[in-house]
Amino acid sequence: MRITGLMDNSVSFLIGGEAGQGITRSGSLLGKALMRGGFHVFGANDYPSVIRGSHNFYVLRVSDEEIWSQGDSVDLLLALNKETILLHEDELTQGGGIVYDEQVELGEEELERDDIVLFPFPLTAAVEEMGGIAIMRNTVALGAALGLVGYDKEIMKGVIADTFAGRDRIIEMNRQAIYKGHAHAREPYDESYPCRLEPSDENPGRILPTGNDAVALGAISAGCKLYAAYPMTPASPVLHYLAAKDEEAGMAVVQTESEISAVNMVVGASYAGIRAMTATSGGGFCLMTEALGLAGMTETPLVLMVVQRPGPSTGLATYTSQGDLLFAIHASQGEFPRVIVAPGDVEECFYLTMEAFNLAERFQVQSLILTDKYLIESHKSTEPFDSERVAIDRGDLRIMEKWREEEEYRRYKFSGSGVSPRILPGTRGATVLANSNEHTDYGYTTSESEKTVAMVDKRFRKQEALREEVEGMDPVKTYGDADAQVTLVGWGSTKGPALEALKMLGREGVKARFVQVVYLEPFPSRAVGEALEGVGRRILVEANRTAQLGKLIKLHNGLAFEHVFLKYDGRPFNPGEIYAKAREALG
Amino acid sequence: MTTMQDLATPVVNTWCPGCGNFGLLMAVKRAIIQLGLNREEVVAVAGIGCHGKVIDYIKTNGLHVIHGRVLPAATAVKIANPELTVLGFAGDGDAYNIGIGHLPHAARRNIDLTYIVHDNLVYGLTTGQTSPTSKRGYRSKTTPRGSFEFGVNPLTQALSADASFVARGYAGDMHHLTEIFKQAIAHEGFALVDVLQPCVAWNRVNTYDFYKERVYKLEEEGHDPSDLDEAYRRAGEWGDRIPIGVLYMAEREEYTNSFPTLAEGPLVKQSIEGIDISKLLREFH
Repeated sequence: MRITGLMDNSVSFLIGGEAGQGITRSGSLLGKALMRGGFHVFGANDYPSVIRGSHNFYVLRVSDEEIWSQGDSVDLLLALNKETILLHEDELTQGGGIVYDEQVELGEEELERDDIVLFPFPLTAAVEEMGGIAIMRNTVALGAALGLVGYDKEIMKGVIADTFAGRDRIIEMNRQAIYKGHAHAREPYDESYPCRLEPSDENPGRILPTGNDAVALGAISAGCKLYAAYPMTPASPVLHYLAAKDEEAGMAVVQTESEISAVNMVVGASYAGIRAMTATSGGGFCLMTEALGLAGMTETPLVLMVVQRPGPSTGLATYTSQGDLLFAIHASQGEFPRVIVAPGDVEECFYLTMEAFNLAERFQVQSLILTDKYLIESHKSTEPFDSERVAIDRGDLRIMEKWREEEEYRRYKFSGSGVSPRILPGTRGATVLANSNEHTDYGYTTSESEKTVAMVDKRFRKQEALREEVEGMDPVKTYGDADAQVTLVGWGSTKGPALEALKMLGREGVKARFVQVVYLEPFPSRAVGEALEGVGRRILVEANRTAQLGKLIKLHNGLAFEHVFLKYDGRPFNPGEIYAKAREALG
Repeated sequence: MTTMQDLATPVVNTWCPGCGNFGLLMAVKRAIIQLGLNREEVVAVAGIGCHGKVIDYIKTNGLHVIHGRVLPAATAVKIANPELTVLGFAGDGDAYNIGIGHLPHAARRNIDLTYIVHDNLVYGLTTGQTSPTSKRGYRSKTTPRGSFEFGVNPLTQALSADASFVARGYAGDMHHLTEIFKQAIAHEGFALVDVLQPCVAWNRVNTYDFYKERVYKLEEEGHDPSDLDEAYRRAGEWGDRIPIGVLYMAEREEYTNSFPTLAEGPLVKQSIEGIDISKLLREFH
């Protein structure tokens, strides 16, 4: 495996065109082909909330080392229409190229750049020649891209064959399209594009999931038996995936009439004794909040992924945000313990989803997995997920035919940890009473003062136990130099661009560090305090307007940030802008 | 053999003396006993309102949820474990105001549960406001000039949602109500039983006397529950004569039978240890 980039040891492709042209699919096919040749890849999409017509694009970055986000510029633009050229020309790296259809009339005066290379290709002509349909122009462009960087087209052929297995005609058409694009890149453009990507002989066996795929696979591995959800961007792909795989996943999948129905189904299923989950985004999460209180009061385990997008209200439906952190921590009336965990990459999406199920059952609380559009829809190459790395732990759930204890079963029996034994409704010799009213240990409704206090305290003993558990399970991750001059602090998907920014700072000899807060509730103030001790200039990096993690750190650790970098235009951070803030902070 | 004693709880009942809930609850218990069900295999899911206290007064499994959300929770209990007998309890405010959005979906899914609506045509626990089933002209503190909205007709709602079992009972006729509950519980699919019940605290119109003069039994007039048109016609009756009994009943595929995963037995009994995802990972390579 060898790579020659324009700026560093990475190459960035941008595939752009109209919605409906298969942009994301093309991007992930290219990503897989490069991954199979031993490269690490990262791919992110950008699309408005329409089905057809408007501008979509997908950025794919590839490197010979692990890569965490898109870069700051584009090395090769694959333009499926003229608009893509005009919109993205200014993002091109010096010496970068544009692949476009030769039928597009592009006057030199229309371009502002004179430091880039144009590669007109017969995209439409090639498709017409083989009797294909217009959407296949993007496959020709993929072949062109591979040809320009000198990559083995047979690897892409393999990806196409696997992707469309059983549809021989589609495979053959796409193969031809790849070959045509590739051939045209060799002749007339042989070696005229400076980036080079040479595959290694062996495929290292990585996978290329999105965050959504990873969460769905994590839920399957955790033994989730019911997934109930209402379609909402950007959480819907989990529903699509699980609906398609329900048999293999051993799961019942329900598209509900509303988010309210979805979350109440999860409560019902979990009460009955199975692991269950739902996922949604801002507006749907608002609708679910009342049931979070129900789960809190009835001590019913619940797993819910909230995919953040910019609000309030409909906001930017297909863009990214970290604006719901404080809302998620406080959602629903009353006080009760819960878990908030924020994965920062696809691998964490998988393993932390498994953990979320364990914590929910062990402490009989709700686990909210807080992600965002950028994390959840982006692809990242990673080692295959290993479901054995997280052992299933259902806590004090006693699955048995008959209740044999002398004393009557009490759903809310008092205990030192606050956790009471759960049994399945249907267990002979016992009845299970879960009550949204304040209740006695059996579950009967009460409004007595002493009983109320006792039950509130019981629930909060669970929070204390949970806090200790979370502090012990790597709730804060640190990356980079221990004796840093500058430390970036963030959570969730900020991890990717922050780690890329560390690479940039490292190349210049700047000692830098990234502190990722993974568990946000119960807030791991001990781990956060340790991670933030003596770390040089601290910069808070968050995709919201009000520095919500900063508020939590101030509240729990009494630490304020001198340097704060907030972004709230719905777009993910680019490494370069984080790098620039770090430079600025260092003076 | 389940007995009345088995279904009794130590909780002091706080329903108003004379409340229709007493007759309804007694009919539910009698139905459970007469059908030979054990209390451990019954799950009562209740909403918010006077009716919601039912889970304190019947010793089965119980899940007291939030206002209007009985059906989603009850549906999922049944999906998780179809071996359980699931009874949903809701009030008219619960079922036909805030929760009516779930009714057609439970009906079209044909999930096997019995949805018992304590329909007293008034809000009880919140002190007497107009309910969705209150009739036009009903006076209360929220409609001091008399409601100018027409009441919801639960029966036509359920029929038009393709419910496979639609019945109306009367809490003042416990024996008749018991028989309806028994049929509803035995029915494989979604069963709505709307139960007319006087609210002695707030509803001065729809009293025991009001119903006593008006209710008639469908089966005594040769009603054919398989006749949908006739069911619609009878469902529209509300005046001098008010029908009670099984209005409509049809056989239709039950929801949980269609999940491939459930063919391997109840989800609660399926092991979740050692799940292998290597096959699923293939498409990501």
